[in-house]
Amino acid sequence: MEVKIKLNGTLVSDDVPADMLLIDFVRAHGCYSVKRGCETSSCGLCTVLMDDQPVLSCSTLVARADGRSVYTLEGLQAEASEFVGFIADQGADQCGFCNPGFVMNTIALLRENPDPTDEEILAYLSGNLCRCSGYAGQQRGIRAFLDSRKAGEVQHG
Amino acid sequence: MRPQSLEEAWELNQKKRNRVVAGMMWLKMGTHSFGTAIDLCDLGLDTIEETEDEFRIGAMVTLRQLEKHPGLAAYSCGAVETALKDIVGVQFRNGATLGGSLWRRMGFSDILTLFLAMDSYVELHERGIVSLEEFAGMKYDKDLLVRLIVKKQPGAFAYRAVRKQRTDLPSLNCAASKLPDGYRVVVGSRPARAVVLRDEEGVLADGITEETAVAFADYAAAHITVSGNMWGGAEYRAALVPVVIRRALLALGEVL
Amino acid sequence: MDRPEYQSVGKSVRKKDALQLLLGKPVYTEDITPDALVVKLLRSPHANALVESIDVTRAKKIPGVVDVYTWEDVPDQRFSNAGQTYPETSPYDRLILDRQLRFVGDVVAIVAAETQEAADKALSRIKVTYQVLEPVLDFRTAKDNPVLVHPEDNWHLFGDLGGDNKRNLVSATADADGDVEAVLADCDIVLERAYHTKAYNQAMMETFRTFTQLDRYGRLHVISSTQIVFHVRRILSHALGIPKSRIRVEKPRIGGGFGAKQTAVSEVYPAFVTMKTGRPALCVFTREEAQTCGSPRHEMEIKVRLGANKDGRIRALDVATLSNSGAYGEHGWATSGLTGHKSIPLYTGSLEAFKFTADVVYTNMQPSGAYRGFGATQGQFAVETTVNELAEKLGMDPIELRDKSMLHEGMAMPAYYGEVANSCALDRCAELFDWESKYPVRDMGNGKVRAAGVGMSMQGSGISGIDTGSVTIRLNDDGSYMLAIGAADMGTGCDTILAQMVAEHMDCPVENVSVFGADTDASPYDSGSYASSTTYVTGMAVEKACAQLKERLCSIAADLLDCDPAELAFEEGYVRREATGQEVSLTEIAVKSQCNNRQPAEATAMHSSPVSPPPFMVGMAEIELDRETGVVEVLDFTAVVDCGIPINPALARIQAEGGIVQGIGHTLMEDVTRTPEGRIRESSFFTYRIPTRLDTGHLRVEFENSYEPTGPFGAKSIGEIVINTPAPAITHAIYRATGVWHRELPILPEHILLAKPED
Repeated sequence: MEVKIKLNGTLVSDDVPADMLLIDFVRAHGCYSVKRGCETSSCGLCTVLMDDQPVLSCSTLVARADGRSVYTLEGLQAEASEFVGFIADQGADQCGFCNPGFVMNTIALLRENPDPTDEEILAYLSGNLCRCSGYAGQQRGIRAFLDSRKAGEVQHG
Repeated sequence: MRPQSLEEAWELNQKKRNRVVAGMMWLKMGTHSFGTAIDLCDLGLDTIEETEDEFRIGAMVTLRQLEKHPGLAAYSCGAVETALKDIVGVQFRNGATLGGSLWRRMGFSDILTLFLAMDSYVELHERGIVSLEEFAGMKYDKDLLVRLIVKKQPGAFAYRAVRKQRTDLPSLNCAASKLPDGYRVVVGSRPARAVVLRDEEGVLADGITEETAVAFADYAAAHITVSGNMWGGAEYRAALVPVVIRRALLALGEVL
Repeated sequence: MDRPEYQSVGKSVRKKDALQLLLGKPVYTEDITPDALVVKLLRSPHANALVESIDVTRAKKIPGVVDVYTWEDVPDQRFSNAGQTYPETSPYDRLILDRQLRFVGDVVAIVAAETQEAADKALSRIKVTYQVLEPVLDFRTAKDNPVLVHPEDNWHLFGDLGGDNKRNLVSATADADGDVEAVLADCDIVLERAYHTKAYNQAMMETFRTFTQLDRYGRLHVISSTQIVFHVRRILSHALGIPKSRIRVEKPRIGGGFGAKQTAVSEVYPAFVTMKTGRPALCVFTREEAQTCGSPRHEMEIKVRLGANKDGRIRALDVATLSNSGAYGEHGWATSGLTGHKSIPLYTGSLEAFKFTADVVYTNMQPSGAYRGFGATQGQFAVETTVNELAEKLGMDPIELRDKSMLHEGMAMPAYYGEVANSCALDRCAELFDWESKYPVRDMGNGKVRAAGVGMSMQGSGISGIDTGSVTIRLNDDGSYMLAIGAADMGTGCDTILAQMVAEHMDCPVENVSVFGADTDASPYDSGSYASSTTYVTGMAVEKACAQLKERLCSIAADLLDCDPAELAFEEGYVRREATGQEVSLTEIAVKSQCNNRQPAEATAMHSSPVSPPPFMVGMAEIELDRETGVVEVLDFTAVVDCGIPINPALARIQAEGGIVQGIGHTLMEDVTRTPEGRIRESSFFTYRIPTRLDTGHLRVEFENSYEPTGPFGAKSIGEIVINTPAPAITHAIYRATGVWHRELPILPEHILLAKPED
């Protein structure tokens, strides 16, 4: 079937099998950041933004995305760069395989709730599994980013 | 396939091998193959309409939409969010739909348990409107679930679940409510489909206290059968039933 | 002790690959390899069966299917998939495809196809007739069972490790010091307890995967997610029957390993396809395959006899381990050894005698492998829990009790190969808790109680006398350095940590050190990243290589200055001639090194350590337990770690936090159960529940540094020890809250709610 998807801001048309999953579509179009960690909608590694909402691309048919906008981390490098350095400073990137899904969902969180509490961060990201970091370093990194952004606002405000 | 009308979707769904895909969260976990996947996403069923008397919730409304809806939050005393927030993760709840959750009538469903505690109805394309309780007992057929209708009966609601891990399926879940026709306690993840209990013996007639909550929980425990699976053995579930019911009732007492 | 102020060591430097990883760049096996044949495996539905007949003709006719291979197509030469130094301590008990299938998931046939769809279709069209045999599914009855998992005559085990395939024995170990029976008979109190731990899955986010192709010389080029490039080369050579010179193995970034990728789980299948077809091939394990056909922790039953006096002094320990290796014997002997050798020495302070035995048995279950902690995890759960029970029985504070018996710096450890603890801050680790306020049981109302528990741990730093690490350091023509290693950064940050060491030695910023690894064609030999070896062993190779490189640079500079190299010294990134005040910059040396030069501006050094200095750790868990539902919430886990001097404190902290959370998972939620037919039920993340960020509680990690004289900059290891204390500490806290000792992991809410008090 023919689909038209705005992938990272660029309109992509393709003829795809009806049962193709969005994760396989975006990887086929060079978005290698999108990872598959399970087959059971459990891990969050494949998170992309569809019409600005974080969704599991492993559980979304390409057909469902037809006519919509899809962003992967490839298309949000600048927005991610605002905060990923704070994660790096904690060493919490570790093996990195879960990072793209985690970063994408963090972007979604911060767009929806620019000043989240610790509990809100934990709740929003609970569907992003990570086996290396124990999560605490990711949390410290996000908190450090938010604190530094606030300090910057005070300075500039 | 993305049909452009309900009639077209229904027609497609009459073919034996065709299937409606809702959120597709669990569907792909099966090994079954099927013919045409019918996607209802173009039918405008992705909205929650709130009127004076009811909520009309389209089948394609996501769990996340339900969780974030201020009207539902206010009406349910926060029980909607309590019931949904531990389901896997935000991305999952952005994909999983109300229709998918209700149609499968899975025993573990937090959504089914939650809405069974309300004055809820499903609108089926062919059969029309039936109460959710009746629908929960029906066999799978080839009809289409169009929307859920929740009547805004004056009432209060509370929800409790026990999970062995925070975002796992519940070992047991329970919704308690007080509606004009009395108290209702729904117990799901037994692991069979949720059952609705009413206060037929008037145990709660004088209101919810620690004592009446215990009494009702004991009464309920005697009327609810449980069995075992990977999320809890039968003996464990049997032990949980009175605890979870009592806690849900006491939580309900706090919002009454 | 006064220590020098370092520029790079001891600093929380960002990982060199951090931004690449965080920005989602294509750096993993599946991202960087070209189109290839899809390799899929037909797996056995039976725990024990013989392939009576197999018909692949219909499968081969499917468009897009290139070939299908069965047991008749592979060499009849047994090998081991264990990533260990040759000669391995794991039996040669595998064929690429065997006619006998030994567990649900054992490989029956290999399919190579142009597409995933064709490969999947082919799997369903292979017709197999199985002769189903009775399986061995209870590891307690495996030894000397009439059903043999490996009846074959060409089974082979190097050395005298007690293995005997005709008895279902992978290995048998015994060690002792003193007369345990006599001391036990003389003790005031003797506790005899048995513990059971499961085959936990590493659950690294990237499953096993390997790409293979023939390179421009016709050699087999393997790109694999592995911790052990050199061992993989040897394993493939043995399995395929081709010389090592015809094989090149490299690893890109790895999506986690934790020991899983210390076994060549996926490599042999695409390699076989490429050798048969000449075409590139890629094999990616599904999560289900990783869960059911991977290389998880060994399931164990550990019996402990502990003898003590009324004053709490622990006088005798007898540890008897039974380990379930599953269908194949990878890492069986080695892991079983740690159950005793890493648990008993913690009580060297007062121990008069010990005994340790370990049987490792074959069963018709998923083969086990290496997992962070490697037997120490299981052994310490058993011994530490028994020690906690002793404290409770005697009504003593468990930390006070340990004070009387624990290992102290300078002691020789009879149960640890006689090694002396040259660096040990265990006593100080135990002091740092807010123990007095957390230890008492507190009723929070509504059925909830708070309680705390404790556990101690030690691990090793590399395998003494075996692990070997080497590095090459090269001066680039702009004065920067290239560090080539054979160790494998699997997310741990060893590339960065080793670069920090180079920067410290060579007096330059860490940014001036690039790291390359690991590739058998280009890296100097390293046994690989496992056994907590890289910082400690390979780090010392860095120290040696830097010393040699400095000499070489002085020598090249001597040519420039026309003087004796002995007059020169390498200081602050320059070569200086003290007598004249002349100095030569690195760039000048680098330029000179490429023109009319006869000595390389590079050095390779190798290191192996005769000892394996243990890091130490004390972990304390505070939980809130719901007595009405059995649900346990970890509120706080405090860990004090002695890993020597941390080279990169941020990365050391993350190691600790990550390990603790895995340990919490094993204790409270991760389970492995089987159907009566031997199929694993927890075959996905839907059913094998690893902790989310809501399940961890607050983690606090402190470092109580000792200084290890044989390690680089005083460092020991940290990678593995961190997983060990949650099980005993949480088990202890659950006892405090409920009065019940749980001796089987995981401890699920239903076990807690339904448990009956013992006495």
